[in-house]
Amino acid sequence: MSTEAWLAIEGLNLIEGQTHIINDVSLQLAAQRTVVLGANGAGKSTLLRLIHGLLHPTAGALRWPRALTQAMVFQRPVMLRRTALANVIYGLELKGYTAAESEQRARQALARVGLESLAKRPARLLSGGEQQRVALARAWALEPELLILDEPSASLDPASSREVERIIKDIAAAGARILMTTHNLGQASRIGEEIVFIDRGRIVEQTPAGSFFNLPQTEAAQRFLKEVTPL
Amino acid sequence: MGDHHDPFLTAWQLVAGADARLAGIVLLSLRVSLSATLIACFVGMPVGALLAVGRFPGRRVLIVLFNGLMGLPPVVVGLLVYLLLSRAGPLGQWGLLFSPTAMIIAQAILVTPIVAALSRQVIADAWAEYSEQLRSLGAGRLRAATTLLWDGRFSLSTAALAGFGRAIAEVGAVMIVGGNIDGVTRVMTTTIALETSKGDLPLALALGVILITLVLSINAVAYALRGWAQRRWG
Repeated sequence: MSTEAWLAIEGLNLIEGQTHIINDVSLQLAAQRTVVLGANGAGKSTLLRLIHGLLHPTAGALRWPRALTQAMVFQRPVMLRRTALANVIYGLELKGYTAAESEQRARQALARVGLESLAKRPARLLSGGEQQRVALARAWALEPELLILDEPSASLDPASSREVERIIKDIAAAGARILMTTHNLGQASRIGEEIVFIDRGRIVEQTPAGSFFNLPQTEAAQRFLKEVTPL
Repeated sequence: MGDHHDPFLTAWQLVAGADARLAGIVLLSLRVSLSATLIACFVGMPVGALLAVGRFPGRRVLIVLFNGLMGLPPVVVGLLVYLLLSRAGPLGQWGLLFSPTAMIIAQAILVTPIVAALSRQVIADAWAEYSEQLRSLGAGRLRAATTLLWDGRFSLSTAALAGFGRAIAEVGAVMIVGGNIDGVTRVMTTTIALETSKGDLPLALALGVILITLVLSINAVAYALRGWAQRRWG
């Protein structure tokens, strides 16, 4: 991975009513795996949504040196009332793949997340962990250059959480850039190459993961690490 | 038919004996109201979905309008369709007045806002849950609307059912545009109204019982279907 930024964020602001949710954020993202940390309500999810294009900033800009194909996985997987396989196919068909091609890619993606045996099961009847793996397969099948994950394992049991982490690492190993948030500091240190710490809508710190967990540069980050028990 | 024999007994004999006249009336009722509901679903569900996910000027006005039109008085709809279809009206040359087709048109107009407004509610709830995911996958609003219509197919059956319940139970519109002609445009509700005013209670009562049984059993089937769908698809 080159160290050149794949995304430059310049003076990003998001104001809703009286609330300054994202406050003048400027950031160069160059690492292959970036984890955004911060307390609840700090603006982590909002920042990811702005980058993904689900929200539009009040001011500021995202500069992509080269437009990257993206996919996003949410905290709560949204499953359509159809089979797991059909959920993965749905995303592929929206991207313009033919029916035959979509089915083949969808089956491969489900196999990669270890769910080929559940392909024909109604997606909404799967367990929370299985649904999140279907969501990961749906994102992975699109072979995005940038995968954004918003607390992908926050509502899962430890075993499912580990499985999700394994899949994220596989997706990264296959070449995708990872940009994610998590409340699980252990997960952040295992996945993240670089940590972006956000506090009340402002970027407070951007450091390589190793040094962040050993000695955060800012007081706010030190307090945050003390308050959250690492898993 | 006897005036002061036991009307309940006579009513039961009519039903049990599958009286031909009675059967004709019931079948015509079903044909008219099912056709009207079908048309209302074809129009109302897509309209409801677009009102739920669309972003266009006048959307809020249309939502209020459709919600308001849910309470459209059947006699007013009957009158409007009558004016449209009467010999001097804009569609007069089609000669549809006092035909089952006219009744279907009137009931479809009556029921479409109900189906549209209820569908909009169902789709809007689903949209709140799905919108980020669908937009993330690159679905435009039109594609999202069709996806949600399919995904909400079991909940939408409630909207169709409410429309059918309204259609099969209304008198005013079909009375005006159908004319309650014996053997041609006489349906359950218009027959009940007429026979009661004539004093022939057994036929009115028999039809009343059938009407209620029909509405209840359709609701029961729909309820069972939704339960099954919930277990099957979540």
